[in-house]
Amino acid sequence: MNAPVKIETTLKDWETDQEVRWCPGCGDYAILKAVQRTLPQLGCDPKNTVFISGIGCSSRFPYYMETYGFHTIHGRAPAVATGAKLANPDLDIWLVTGDGDGLSIGGNHMLHVLRRNVNMQIMLFNNEIYGLTKGQFSPTSRIGTRSPSTPVGSFDRPANPASFALGAGARFVGRGFDVSKNLPDVLKAAHAHKGAAFIEIFQNCIVYNKDVFEDFAAPKGAGDRQLWLEHGKPMLFGDPKTGLDKGIALDRDGLHLTVVDATEDSWQDAGVLVHDATNRVIAHMLVEMPFGSFPMALGVIYDDPRPTYESSVAEEREKSTAGKQANLAKLLGSGQTWTVDGTAADPV
Amino acid sequence: MATQAAHSPDSPQSPDAVVVRFAGDSGDGMQLTGGQFTLSTALAGNDLATFPDFPAEIRAPQGTLFGVSAFQINFGSREISTAGDAPDVLVAMNPAALKVNLSALKPGGLIIADTGEFTKRNLDKAKYETNPLEDGSLAKYKLLAFDISALTIEAVKEFGLGNKDALRSKNMWTLGLALWMFDRSREPIHDWLNHKFRNKPDIAKANIAALDAGHAYGETAELAGPLQQVHIPPNPTAPGLYRTITGAESVSLGLVAGAQLAELPMFFGGYPITPASAILHHLARLKEYGVTTFQAEDEIAAICAAIGASWAGSLGVTSSSGPGIALKGEAMGLAIMTELPLVIVNSQRGGPSTGLPTKTEQSDLYQAIYGRNGDAPMPVISARSPSDAFECAIEAVRIAVHYMTPVMLLTDGYIANAAEPWKVPDPASYEPFPVNFMTERRGEQLLPYKRNEKGARPWIKPGTPDLMHRIGGIEKHEETGNIDYSPDNHQAMTDARKAKIDNIAVPDQEVSVGQEGGSLAVVGWGSTYGPIHQAVNRSRAKGMDVSQIHVRNIWPLPANLGALLKSYDHVLVPEMNTGQFKTVLRDQYLVDAQPLTKTSGQPFQIAELEAEIAKFFDGIEGNEGGQVPTNDDQLPTRESGHDDGSSRRKSSH
Ligand SMILES: Cc1ncc(C[n+]2csc(CCOP(=O)(O)OP(=O)(O)O)c2C)c(N)n1
Ligand code: SF4
Ligand SMILES: [Mg+2]
Repeated sequence: MNAPVKIETTLKDWETDQEVRWCPGCGDYAILKAVQRTLPQLGCDPKNTVFISGIGCSSRFPYYMETYGFHTIHGRAPAVATGAKLANPDLDIWLVTGDGDGLSIGGNHMLHVLRRNVNMQIMLFNNEIYGLTKGQFSPTSRIGTRSPSTPVGSFDRPANPASFALGAGARFVGRGFDVSKNLPDVLKAAHAHKGAAFIEIFQNCIVYNKDVFEDFAAPKGAGDRQLWLEHGKPMLFGDPKTGLDKGIALDRDGLHLTVVDATEDSWQDAGVLVHDATNRVIAHMLVEMPFGSFPMALGVIYDDPRPTYESSVAEEREKSTAGKQANLAKLLGSGQTWTVDGTAADPV
Repeated sequence: MATQAAHSPDSPQSPDAVVVRFAGDSGDGMQLTGGQFTLSTALAGNDLATFPDFPAEIRAPQGTLFGVSAFQINFGSREISTAGDAPDVLVAMNPAALKVNLSALKPGGLIIADTGEFTKRNLDKAKYETNPLEDGSLAKYKLLAFDISALTIEAVKEFGLGNKDALRSKNMWTLGLALWMFDRSREPIHDWLNHKFRNKPDIAKANIAALDAGHAYGETAELAGPLQQVHIPPNPTAPGLYRTITGAESVSLGLVAGAQLAELPMFFGGYPITPASAILHHLARLKEYGVTTFQAEDEIAAICAAIGASWAGSLGVTSSSGPGIALKGEAMGLAIMTELPLVIVNSQRGGPSTGLPTKTEQSDLYQAIYGRNGDAPMPVISARSPSDAFECAIEAVRIAVHYMTPVMLLTDGYIANAAEPWKVPDPASYEPFPVNFMTERRGEQLLPYKRNEKGARPWIKPGTPDLMHRIGGIEKHEETGNIDYSPDNHQAMTDARKAKIDNIAVPDQEVSVGQEGGSLAVVGWGSTYGPIHQAVNRSRAKGMDVSQIHVRNIWPLPANLGALLKSYDHVLVPEMNTGQFKTVLRDQYLVDAQPLTKTSGQPFQIAELEAEIAKFFDGIEGNEGGQVPTNDDQLPTRESGHDDGSSRRKSSH
C-alpha cells in the first residue's frame, strides 16, 4: 500500500449534485454532514475514497458523497468491500450499513469482515428499526417495539451491535450518535485504525422510531447519561456545569462494573477506572452496561490493532510465489505429459 | 475429428477399445489406481476417457454397498469419446464392489475378484446370502478369483509392515496386474511412487514390490487361467505435447489464460462445494499468475467479493454447484445491473436441493438462462468435455470483459472429475484481448453508462482521478447512471440490457457429424457430447440419416441455429434433466424438438442413445439396425412430417 498523500479539500468537494432523499429531520443528514466535515480534516483523497453500502435508508449514503460509490444489495456490502479491498488495497473504504442490513440479513458477512480484519471503516446506522421498508422492528429494536409486524409489541431479544462486533473479533469498536459533536472524533480514530473499525452510530428515524435515543442523546441531562471514553482518562461523567460527580469502577469481587461517586480530584481513591482502549475485557463490560443504571458508553471503546487481512493476503502471496515465475506455456504443459511426434503415434 | 463408425470389439483378443472398471471400498484407493492406470494408458498412446464414480460419504463404513468407489476407463486405438457403456473387465476388490457393479459388466466379461475379501462378514455387509464366487451365479462371465490380499501381504513381507499397512498396497498389486494385462510399462508408476513417497522410501518400495508382484502374477497366471494379455495399439493422433486433464484443471487453466489474455489480475471467490471445490484448490496454487483466491463465508459472499473485485479492476470469478449458484442469484442480478464483468462457473450436480452431490446432471440449465429476478439476461456457455472447458473458460472471460457482463460457464460433475488426454495448446496462438479502462472523460459530462457499439458501458476503476461516480442495483439513468425510476428510462434500460446480450457475437453453429438437413438431428449440449457422438456415428454406419449438433453457446444461441434445426425432419434432444434445452429450443424456434431425458446421476450410454435414434428410423429403408420391435401404427414415416411422432417415443418429460 502506498503511503496516502494528504489532499486539500473542503466540505463542498465531498457533496454530490444528487438530491438527498431522506425524510426531513432524519438523523442520516447529520451523519452525512459529520462525514463530509471529517474527510477534509483527514486530508482524504476523493478519488481513492470509496463508500460501499447495502440496502436501507442509511445505505443511500454513497449517492451523496462525491467519491466512488457502490450501493450493493441487502446485507452484502462487507463482502463486496472485501473483494474491492483485496483487488486494490489503496482504496480507503467506508462501509455504510443499517441495523437490519448489517445485523439481520448481513449479520454473517459482518461477523466475517470483522474477524478477518479487512481495513475499512464500518458505520452501522442503528435506528432500531427497518426504515426503508416502512418501520418493521429490527434485530436491535427493544422488546415491546410496536411496528406493523408487531402490532402489540416485539418480543425478540435485541442484539447489541457493539457487543456483537467485539464478539466477532473486531479490533476497533466506537460509538456515537447522529447529532453528537464528538462523532467526527470517533470517525477520525476509526480512520486512523488499521483494520476493520466498527462504529455504531445511533440514528434517529423520526418517522418510524422517533426519539428512541432521547433518553441518553437529549442535550438536557446528557452529562449524566453519556460516558465519553478517552484513552488514558478516568471514566468520569456528570453535568460539566456543576462538575463531574460520578465514575465507573470495577467491582473486583463480582467482576462487574459499578457506578461510584467520584470527582475530578477524588477519582483515584474511588477506584474509578482509567480507560485503556486496548483492554478487551473492560470493553466488553462497557458496551454491555445496561442503560439506566449506567450511562451510555460512547467514543472509542476499544482500539487495539492487529495485522490486516489484506496485508496477510499480500504476505501469503509473497511467500507462495517466492522464486516462481509466471509462464503460462509451462503451466499448461505441466503435470504428467507425453509427446506424439510428427509421424508415428508412438509415445516418446 | 473422426466421423466413421467405431464398433465395439467382438473379440477380446483384438479389440480396438477396452473398458475396464476398478471397483472397491472407498478406502481401497480405486481412484488412485484408476488415475495411474489412466496415465499409463495415455503414455501408451491410446485415446481414452474416464469416469470416476465415488460415494458422497467421506468415510463410508468399510465393506458396505454405499461405500463402493469405482473408476471406469475406456481406451483404444481409435477415437474414444465416452467412458464406455459396459465394462469388459471388472476388478472387484470386495463383495460390495461386485454387487454394485456386476450389472454393468458385459456378458462374457472378465471379473477379477479378491477372494481374501469374500469373507462371511463382508458377504453379509454386501447382502449376499451365498458366496457368488462359488455358487455358480457368475457363470455367464469369466471369473478370475484369487487371494489378492494374501498375495499382497506376501509381496511386501520383507518391509516389515503390519497387516493393515501391507494391505494398503493391494491397489498397487492390482494395478500391476492391470499393467501386465494391457502390456504396459511399469516405469512411470515406479517414478510416480518414488516421488509421491519421497519422504517415506520404505512405503515407496513396498508399493513398488506390490506392483511388480501383481505384474509377475499376470505372466504366470496366463498359462492356466482366463487371463490373457491384450495389446491395444496407439491411436494415431496429431503430433504435439499431451497431458491428461480433468475439467476442474482445465477450467482453472482456462481462467488463468483468459485473465492473461485480458491483461487483468484475477480474483476468485469460492465456497467449498462438490464438485466445484477443485477449481478453488487449483487456483489457490497459482498466485504467481496474478490470481487471488478468497474462501468466503458463503456463496453469496464469494460472488459479492468477486463483484467488488471486478469493480476495483480485477477479473472477478466465482464458482459453485447448484445449491450455491441458487444463493448467488441476487448478486448476479447486481452484476447485470451494474454491468460489471464476472465469470460464474457452475459445475452442475444432481438436484434439487442437496440432491446427488457426487453425481452428474444437467438440470441447472433453466437456472443458468432464466434463474434470476427481473429481466436479467446473461450469457451462458457450456463445456462439452474436460479439455473443451479450457476454451470455454477463455471464451467466458472474453465475453465478460468485452460486453461488461457476468457470464455463466456450465460444466458438470462428470466433466469436473473425468480425465482425458489433452493436446497442450500454445498460449501464443490465442489472440489477446486487453481491457481498456476508461481513464478520462470523453466530454464535459461524465457518462459511466454511455454504451459503445457493442452496447457495453465503460469500465472505470475507483482511484481514477476526475471520474468519481456511484453505481448500484437501483435502476439508473441511461447515460449518467444516476438513480432514475422513470418509466421511459426503465423501458430503455431493460431494452438495452437485453440488446447487449442478444447481440453478443457467437460463432455460427456447426454440424459435428453428418450434414445440414436430413431426417434427424441429435442436438446436445455439455457433457453428453461423447455418447451422442458415438451413437450418431454408429447409427450412420448402419445407414441412418442422422446428424449431430452440439451447442456450446447456450445464450445467446448461434444466429443460424433456428434455420439449421428446421432443415431436419426431426430433432432429438438428449439431456441429463427432464428436458430443459428441448424447451428452450421449442421456445426460441418453434421447432418440434423431442426430449430424451435421463436423471439417474449416470452419463448416457451409447447404446441407449442408439436405441432411441433407431426409433426414428424403424421401417425406413436402409436401416438394418433397428433395435426396437416395429409397431407400424406408431411409426413415423419420412413423409408424415412432424406431427405424428411425438407420442411413440418414451420420454420422462
Ligand atoms: C433481499 C432483500 N430482502 C429484503 C429487502 C427489503 N429491505 C430493504 S431495506 C430493508 C431493511 C432496512 O433496514 P436497515 O438496514 O435497518 O436500514 P434503515 O432503512 O433503517 O436505514 C429491507 C428488509 C431487500 N431490499 N432485499
Ligand atoms: S424512514 Fe427513517 S431512517 Fe428512513 S429516511 Fe425517513 S427518517 Fe430516515
Ligand atoms: Mg435501521
